[in-house]
Amino acid sequence: MYTDKVMEHFMHPRNVGTIPDADGVGEVGNPVCGDMMTFYIKVKDGRLEDVKFQTFGCGAAIAVSSLVSEMAKGKTLDEAMKITNQQVAEELGGLPPHKMHCSNLGADALHKAIEDYLEKQNRQKPEGGGEEKKSQDREEHFHCPFCDHTLPENAQLCGHCQIKLIRCEHCGEYNREKDETCRHCGAGLV
Amino acid sequence: MSGFYADKQAAAPVRPEVLEAMLPYFTENFGNPQSLHSVGQKAARALQTAREQVARLLNCQPEEIIFVSSGSEANNLAVKGLALANQARGKQIVVSAIEHVSVLKATKFLEKLGFKTVQVPVDGYGLVDPGKVAEAITPDTVLVSVMMANNEVGTIEPVAEIASLCRSRGVLFHSDAVAAVGNIPVEVRAIGLDALSLAADQFGGPKGAAALFLKKGTKITPLIDGGVQESNRRAGTENVPAIVGLGRAAELAMMDMDKKGQRLARLRDRLIRGVLTGLDEVILTGHPEKRLPHHASFCVKFVEGEATLLGLDFNGIQVASGSACTSKSLRTSHVLTAMGLDPAVAQGSLVLTLLDGTREEQVEYFLEKFPPVVRRLREMSPLYTRFLEEKKDVHR
Repeated sequence: MYTDKVMEHFMHPRNVGTIPDADGVGEVGNPVCGDMMTFYIKVKDGRLEDVKFQTFGCGAAIAVSSLVSEMAKGKTLDEAMKITNQQVAEELGGLPPHKMHCSNLGADALHKAIEDYLEKQNRQKPEGGGEEKKSQDREEHFHCPFCDHTLPENAQLCGHCQIKLIRCEHCGEYNREKDETCRHCGAGLV
Repeated sequence: MSGFYADKQAAAPVRPEVLEAMLPYFTENFGNPQSLHSVGQKAARALQTAREQVARLLNCQPEEIIFVSSGSEANNLAVKGLALANQARGKQIVVSAIEHVSVLKATKFLEKLGFKTVQVPVDGYGLVDPGKVAEAITPDTVLVSVMMANNEVGTIEPVAEIASLCRSRGVLFHSDAVAAVGNIPVEVRAIGLDALSLAADQFGGPKGAAALFLKKGTKITPLIDGGVQESNRRAGTENVPAIVGLGRAAELAMMDMDKKGQRLARLRDRLIRGVLTGLDEVILTGHPEKRLPHHASFCVKFVEGEATLLGLDFNGIQVASGSACTSKSLRTSHVLTAMGLDPAVAQGSLVLTLLDGTREEQVEYFLEKFPPVVRRLREMSPLYTRFLEEKKDVHR
């Protein structure tokens, strides 16, 4: 089911751990759905000097976290913001369709950590207009919670895997119609 | 050490005697039991022998056995077939919340045809309360279906009590006994039910052969229409070699089930004790005593079941899990949810089912390898880190 590369990262994940004095922290997912990732970053001269993660989740989730941390380390913040789930899945030699959403979580957690860092920077220099804007390069788009296919804003059905969809009233993310709790924010779905 | 395969419920080797009995029916005895000539009649006799062997295991009449292709088919035939054929008696079906998906989805199908389903809850051990079944039965109830033993948590249900109350209320009763038959004694006369599902691959027989016991005189609507096979209740050319295997496996189970059950129960208890004492924050799922002799199931907190499964596989140990990530539907086990388990805890589900030939040293091997696999995953789990911090705070 998994490629050798996925299994290799699962068995020997890179950059596992926490950074107690991290410059940015990003957390995505929730344990109710089975996946939760926390990314910690250290930034020096606009580059990711150190990246660490902790993940609760399946083999794919752990491999994705490990690969994202490896890809991100040493990159500028801009470059790191451009890491996409597609790249992550490709680097891993592909993921089964029902595991594609895991690749999204990894990049999301990293991006959240960077956004957290940028926000803190902005707070420290309230008048600093020249600061980098957050997630400028990241398109606002939605993904199928099952196969990760990109979705339009008002989808009721995933055009790729045909799963029925419902949007979370709390955070706006897509879930499967039959889900009881939102896989992004944990809120109850009606 | 040749590792430890503990996923008998998913698949198990066919017993050598069973394979031996099956082989001639692929080649020299290839006949179709419906042919009137001598070649066909040889196959028909083999089919009849298998029917008698299964009937002896269940203590029923041979003509009360309908051969089908899988436990899921047996459950579908029972639920849909009994409800449709007897709908003049009512259109409500009562099932437990922890039935196999083949039962639950069959009721969903019937709901589209105007039937109503009531799901009876279970307690924290996965036990169905017969009193709750009694409360759910109305004058409109046509069928009650409660499983003999649950495949995910191993709990053995009070099926005889439920059967007796169904009889007194004039309601049909089916039990999915796929996980039970061949592993624990199941006598349909003593229990007094109308239909019961079993599958060969759960007790040393091949995949692709299963049966529904249907009490004589009970009306059922077939799911597969066509020829006259299985007394007009299941059309399609019979899978003779597999059915021969099912019969032989039933015969063998009758001979050694008790002795084997006792041996496996000892290994199971050693396994459960070892797991619960070898690691903190692990819970046993299902009933501690009323459980299948070959079944041990747990939830390991702060780690996800699929990751544990993969980690164990690297050590030559094969187990199953009911976590959302393990299932291709990405849904947490409905059984663990119905038992009231915290959904986050349910993600750590592990299910071990022991093969007949499981040896003590394999259990010891598991108990040695299991804690480090979990510890490695906990070290990278944000939930475990949080748990340790909270514990520290409490002690402060």
